[in-house]
Amino acid sequence: MDTMFVRGLKRKCFDGEEDIEGTLAGIKAVPSYNLQRQSLLDMSLVKLQLCHMLVEPNLCRSVLIANTVRQIQEEMTQDGTWQMINAQNTGQASLDRLVSTDILCRSSGDQAEGKHVPAYGTFNKDFESDQAQDGSETMSTASSVQAPRNLQSNMWEEMENPQENKGNFQKSLDQIFETLENKSPNSVEDLFSEVDNSYYDLDTMLTGMMTNTKMGHCDSLETFSSPTNTASNSNCKSDLNDLDHIVEILVES
Amino acid sequence: MGRARLRVAVGAGAARAGGDGGSSDVQWCFLQVKGAIDEDVAEADIISTVEFNYTGDLLATGDKGGRVVIFQREQEPKTRPLSRGEYNVYSTFQSHEPEFDYLKSLEIEEKINKIRWLPQQNAAHFLLSTNDKTIKLWKISERDKRAEGYNLKEEDGRLREPGRVTELRVPTLKPMDLMVEASPRRIFANAHTYHINSISVNSDYATYLSADDLRINLWHLEVTNRSFNIVDIKPANMEELTEVITAAEFHPHQCNTFVYSSSKGTIRLCDMRSAALCDQHAKFFEEPEDPSSRSFFSEIISSISDVKFSHNGRFMMTRDYLSVKVWDLNMENKPVETYQVHEYLRSKLCSLYENDCIFDKFECCWNGSDSTIMTGSYNNFFRTFERDTLRDSTLEASRESSKPRAILKPRKVCTTGKRKKDEISVDSLDFNKKILHTAWHPMDNIIAVAATNNLYLFQEKMN
Repeated sequence: MDTMFVRGLKRKCFDGEEDIEGTLAGIKAVPSYNLQRQSLLDMSLVKLQLCHMLVEPNLCRSVLIANTVRQIQEEMTQDGTWQMINAQNTGQASLDRLVSTDILCRSSGDQAEGKHVPAYGTFNKDFESDQAQDGSETMSTASSVQAPRNLQSNMWEEMENPQENKGNFQKSLDQIFETLENKSPNSVEDLFSEVDNSYYDLDTMLTGMMTNTKMGHCDSLETFSSPTNTASNSNCKSDLNDLDHIVEILVES
Repeated sequence: MGRARLRVAVGAGAARAGGDGGSSDVQWCFLQVKGAIDEDVAEADIISTVEFNYTGDLLATGDKGGRVVIFQREQEPKTRPLSRGEYNVYSTFQSHEPEFDYLKSLEIEEKINKIRWLPQQNAAHFLLSTNDKTIKLWKISERDKRAEGYNLKEEDGRLREPGRVTELRVPTLKPMDLMVEASPRRIFANAHTYHINSISVNSDYATYLSADDLRINLWHLEVTNRSFNIVDIKPANMEELTEVITAAEFHPHQCNTFVYSSSKGTIRLCDMRSAALCDQHAKFFEEPEDPSSRSFFSEIISSISDVKFSHNGRFMMTRDYLSVKVWDLNMENKPVETYQVHEYLRSKLCSLYENDCIFDKFECCWNGSDSTIMTGSYNNFFRTFERDTLRDSTLEASRESSKPRAILKPRKVCTTGKRKKDEISVDSLDFNKKILHTAWHPMDNIIAVAATNNLYLFQEKMN
């Protein structure tokens, strides 16, 4: 794939190139590929969560993202790398992941967003650690795999049976809010640096004080999609309505 | 010129990167541009669909604000026989309003997803317009006369006292300024749980289909309280959902045949004579995947965003993220022609996934003779591909080249390190400027290109 290499810059975007052999050279290449794959998984999970919060989830987009997540998980399970990555989760591995996602997603035009990209890896790290609160390290593996599935099923079913699944919806919302509150230094803060913390305070939401300027949700959408486009602006505007709806749902349940 | 092209390449479905046959012979001139000029684009003004009617005299656009604007081609002035008619606004109306689904606590957007004209059968024009949930049949009629000389009311509408009427007269018709009225004649609602992506009028001119993500319904134009479900791919357990319907269309001549495309890059052709529920396809079109180019994005970029039958009904064209494919209806295992629209994006798929551009749904269209196909790209570029000569062109819809009868200069995207003058590098492309909707006049070489909130009209250069 000659097109992958631009101006001698070795960009190992994993379009078709796989090098998972047992050799030493193979082992050296594996973390790079695995970390890229992990970052894609993280990004996909974030996208799924975000569209869960948006007013009108585009079903085609959600299905395609969910299929991508499933593909990655299947491959990771086959490799047996799923366990390995989770073992590395604690500690310094997050730094490697930050670097790899940067290489993966950055083209020369995206330099500006480089600082936001690392948030993906750590975002999911927090999400996974949140899941791990329920049990041991190995438990978190299963529950992390479960989480996307739950999200998917919540998402499809929510469109079908909104009444029944309001509980699930709220549960997912809680997870998201809890995750966002578990802010580890630098990364997530970069993402939501301009957000008023009271946004995530349930009381504040219920008293309708979120209409004030800073829409953390909106900012996060803008950083995810770059360059800023009219779509994110519209999400911004409709998010004001979204939160009204979310508040209504939370109040009702 | 004398370039010999191996016709064998056509049958083998060889990929054409473009440039094999050189640049297209047809030169395009700027005709008109409609829409606001300023940089701040109002969300509601973004054009979401473009469609010529059967004669090409009318051109309809729908936008995100739920409005429909119809342009009419002015008659060729006799004083300037070579100057083609321009398109001027004929009618503007609000087709759909935003709604709120109270059961699901969701907003229903008023954005017009598709417009399809009905063939003209009397003085009035009819079109179908749809948003995510509701389809409406609109009648657009002209009024250029009004009646005068009523017996029971005055000219201003006040009723006359019956006692004051001393003689009877016959009201006469007097000419008035042309008034174009649009009125909703039918509203086809409550038949779709998911978002409608396609509508297609049948060649019997009595029925039409509407397709959402999981179901396709058949309607009779006269009946609004009932529709027949003809395709249903919703799994019993929604957790097993892996594929959605992305587009559907009736065959232009065979009223029993329609096709629908999926997010997995497959097309199914169905025959309504075989069963009431067409879950069993008559034909299944899918190109085997190239294992060497497999990646995590393979499925996403194979998702078909548009499917269109050729006018002669022998071929159909599908648009996926990076290419356009022409299929012979008699060959299911691979397309007969493949055209690369912007192959240089293949190495950028991860970034395009990150910013969601990979989910953009580009449309495609045929010219009247089915010899050329057109589709849009980024940076306000659009591409035409001549099927017989294998020539292609990349053109740009921009204000800079919007001088009357200015010839459009072909554009080129630089894929290697060395950028020539006038070329644009891949990293400089503006991914916010996407041309998703294009339309080709059914007979003449006039094309309509929607660039965000502007509608560009180009015509072939007349010698």
